[in-house]
Amino acid sequence: MTEGRAQAIVIGASAGALEALSVVLPALPATFDLPIIVVVHIPPDKRSFLAELLQAKSKIRVLEADDKEPICGGTAYFAPPNYHLLVEANKSLSLSSEEAVLFSRPSIDVLFESAADAYGAGLIAIVLTGANQDGASGLRAVVNAGGTAIVQTPKAAFASAMPEAAITMCPTAHIMSLDAILSFLHEV
Amino acid sequence: MKEIPAPEKIEDIEIRLLLEALYVRYHYDFRNYAMASIKRRLRQAREQLGFATISALQESVLHDTQMLPRLLGYLTIQVSEMFRDPSYFQAIREQVVPHLRTYPSLKIWIAGCSGGEELYSLVILFREEGLESRTIFYATDISQEALRTAEAGVYTLDRIQLFTENHRKSGGKSSLSDYYNAAYGRASFDKTLRQNVVFSDHSLVTDAVFGEMHLVSCRNVLIYFDRPLQDRAIGLFKHSLARKGFLGLGAKESLRFSAHSGSFKDFVREEKIYQRAGE
Repeated sequence: MTEGRAQAIVIGASAGALEALSVVLPALPATFDLPIIVVVHIPPDKRSFLAELLQAKSKIRVLEADDKEPICGGTAYFAPPNYHLLVEANKSLSLSSEEAVLFSRPSIDVLFESAADAYGAGLIAIVLTGANQDGASGLRAVVNAGGTAIVQTPKAAFASAMPEAAITMCPTAHIMSLDAILSFLHEV
Repeated sequence: MKEIPAPEKIEDIEIRLLLEALYVRYHYDFRNYAMASIKRRLRQAREQLGFATISALQESVLHDTQMLPRLLGYLTIQVSEMFRDPSYFQAIREQVVPHLRTYPSLKIWIAGCSGGEELYSLVILFREEGLESRTIFYATDISQEALRTAEAGVYTLDRIQLFTENHRKSGGKSSLSDYYNAAYGRASFDKTLRQNVVFSDHSLVTDAVFGEMHLVSCRNVLIYFDRPLQDRAIGLFKHSLARKGFLGLGAKESLRFSAHSGSFKDFVREEKIYQRAGE
């Protein structure tokens, strides 16, 4: 589906995120060499244990992102609570305390739009389960920059609103079950 | 025929030129800010201010001085809370304040004070601890509009519940409602909180050392800078701090990668509170 080799993957998820990501990330082999950058909607005022929980189950590295951290392959980076996570043109991560977007900080749109700028056609963006509209316009930016858009099958998602909104805004997105997403990722 | 570059690349050129124009014309220097966020905010500004291109926005800001504050409003936007990360303020209260008590007079610098949330948090904390009257608080920002907001100390009431909750979690010894009057959907913070505050225009990018401080609190400002600029700012803090003075950063900021890290030691590691090493 992608022309040339993919360079990075971004994932956005909200309600039901932990369950969905617990299917995807632990199934990736230790040799998986693309970076995965993830925004999950989490409460702003609590420490997040997502990265630790998923690291315990996964063979790839799973971390909470640090500001100005260079992006490495084979690593999943999670946005910290109460910060937006963005990708810089030099393929490093930065955090920001700008206003919430669609009531969310971190925002999936903010991550996807900046990653679309940085990676262009080399980006794969995946919208998973969620009960709001975040990620839809970000996914559109990914498509406009030539990247690959994937949306979890709404019916199979824990919450269907977010995948549905993404499909409405990006009708050309590939709609896939979690299993299909996994086999796709095994081949990139 | 020469290949025409993709539109994204043109936008990158326009952004670089606009930032250069802002610097040359007005001496506001965003050239070494983290670009992903700047780009996002310039796109927002272009759209909402009604320009077809970033170049058109540049033309306007060069020729029309009224456009400058409007554009700066987009570029300096930062949304904070009073007592954001209550555990930080608890650590200031329980671990830094006992050291500060030993000084007859204190200077505190809130660098990048934005709308004043962090400033009022510290002033209230110092009042609760009986240190306010011997302290001068320097609140600085590059944005005049931010300074005016900070000086006004007026916040919408819908934010007060969060501020109150944060204050309580930080170990607050009074009730936040003691410090503001609520009317017409707004909370106005008591002007006596500002009696020892000096508001001043200061840029961490282009301006110099500020004076001998006992505590510099600069939270979630460095994340907007690239690495070399972060280092410049940290150098400023180093030279602005008294021996054994304290530096507090945001939860996701650290001195780990800084050339100045050797001049500081971890004081409360998990809260990103550092102490200037003694010579």
